[in-house]
Amino acid sequence: MAKAIREVYGTVLKELGETNRDIVVLDADLSGSTKSAIFGKAFPERFFNMGIAESNMVATAAGLSTTGKIPFVNTFTVFLTTLGLIAARGQVCYGNLNVKFGGAYCGMSDALDGASHHALEDIAVMRTLPNMRVIVPADATATYWATRYAAEHWGPFYLRLSRDVYPDLYAEGTKFELGKGAIVREGTDVTVIACGLLVHKAIEAAERMAEKGVSVRVVDMYSVKPIDKELILRCARETGAIVTAEEHTIYGGLGGAVAEVLAWGGAGAPTEFVGLQDTFTESGKYADLLHKYGVDADGVVAGIEKVLQRK
Amino acid sequence: MPLTAKREQELTELCRRFRIDALTAIHGAQSGHPGGSLSVCEILTLLYQERMHICADKPDDPDRDRLVLSKGHAAPMLYVNLIEKGFLPKGSMATLRCVDSLLQGHPCNHTPGVEMPAGPLGLGLSAAQGMAIGLKLSGSKARVYAVLGDGEMDEGCIWEAVMSAPKFQLDNLCAVVDLNGVQLDGTTDEIMPMRDVAGKWHSSGWNVIECDGHDLQELTAAFDAAERNAGAPTVIIAHTVKGKGVSFMEGKAAWHGKAIDDESFAQAMKELGGAE
Repeated sequence: MAKAIREVYGTVLKELGETNRDIVVLDADLSGSTKSAIFGKAFPERFFNMGIAESNMVATAAGLSTTGKIPFVNTFTVFLTTLGLIAARGQVCYGNLNVKFGGAYCGMSDALDGASHHALEDIAVMRTLPNMRVIVPADATATYWATRYAAEHWGPFYLRLSRDVYPDLYAEGTKFELGKGAIVREGTDVTVIACGLLVHKAIEAAERMAEKGVSVRVVDMYSVKPIDKELILRCARETGAIVTAEEHTIYGGLGGAVAEVLAWGGAGAPTEFVGLQDTFTESGKYADLLHKYGVDADGVVAGIEKVLQRK
Repeated sequence: MPLTAKREQELTELCRRFRIDALTAIHGAQSGHPGGSLSVCEILTLLYQERMHICADKPDDPDRDRLVLSKGHAAPMLYVNLIEKGFLPKGSMATLRCVDSLLQGHPCNHTPGVEMPAGPLGLGLSAAQGMAIGLKLSGSKARVYAVLGDGEMDEGCIWEAVMSAPKFQLDNLCAVVDLNGVQLDGTTDEIMPMRDVAGKWHSSGWNVIECDGHDLQELTAAFDAAERNAGAPTVIIAHTVKGKGVSFMEGKAAWHGKAIDDESFAQAMKELGGAE
């Protein structure tokens, strides 16, 4: 059954805490929202509410990690990747420390709170940090895997998590791999490479395009860093056109990462970028915002149609 | 316990030598921070050479004491101490700030003996707090020291940690403020007045001790008192002189981060009794 991504994350943290006493969790006065409180309730002695102080939270986690603990730091995505960035770069990534970042309300999922609370630059910011790995799960099963994987593997991880409920995409027990993407729908005319919520929008767009006789392949690029170069180049070769789709600015995020690979590989496939077009957003219902800012199935369809004209 | 007269003399001599070695490296690199390295000399030397339980043969000992040099620009004084303790090869000061050197301009934990990267100011107290929490969780008796600059207290994150460490009752944490009164652009009073420093920490729940940061006996008494204090972290506000030991550098913002010219270097060595 489809579940809110944050809910799954909080539940997995608690599960991890039951078997691994080194797991510690920090939050910046948003634990009820990020769902880190699920862990906090079960293990109050290993849960640290740092108040509304993101730099202090991340730097404290850096210190904790040097004593053998495995800290997960939590707050809204936008605050974690801005106010928390100085310690993320200067201590955690530079020192290659064992700290895990849970960015709870990615994209426009905190819809009604408005542009101040929307996180649309975080993938770009976090993936440029050496040693940082970036995972964007697209459903509950992927979130379950990503959270466990981060806990069980050394070094900094950034998990891009949503406030929202995502439909189920993967069967329970599906095998994921860091550095790999998954073809979630086969197609031959064009490939949409998406992450997070946009994987679902891409599938919907692919279904609509199928009615028009266009065969769309959809890739879930859950591992944004390291990224699956081989799969990207194979899709460019096999389908001849690429559309990237993400709930993020078109600059520097998944689209940027895919474009780097395409340029490096000399793929020569025309590419369109579905995402926020260098703009701030506003308050509104989530679905309305996704539509207005071109990151719903309509937006992906438009991207596909544009790229096919250039193929 | 007070230092014996003999030990005090030995440490005083070490401080003199460390000042020479740090300035020699900064002069050699033609880059670095003489003023803040000299002001923190007694603080770091007493901690590394006398008080902290650390061993170069067991750098990962979970029960080792830790020190976070939050004012990372004083790295040369950290490195001379780590060399003396055997964490770094003798002679490595000559490679300060050179390509392929273990000795970065600002400390990084890739360097043996360095516990936490520093450079962006304001983060070290929080990292030390994390270590103190972790050690308590693990049941370790080890102590954690965070050495801060006073200019660094302009940073907001310092005050986030000043508020949070008493919440977690971290009596295994001791902050030391190297209060030399001078930052890059001028005096701390000119750049960003801090007014009642001790009062700010005290009202946040810290055990506050003030002392002369160049007096090894006063520092010793302060660290002893910090160890005896239960239930709250301690801050030692150490009154120091920027550029201490070299007359023309003392109290001068100009020597915060300036390469040392040959003439000034010769004069400094003369004052410190070092070889030119």
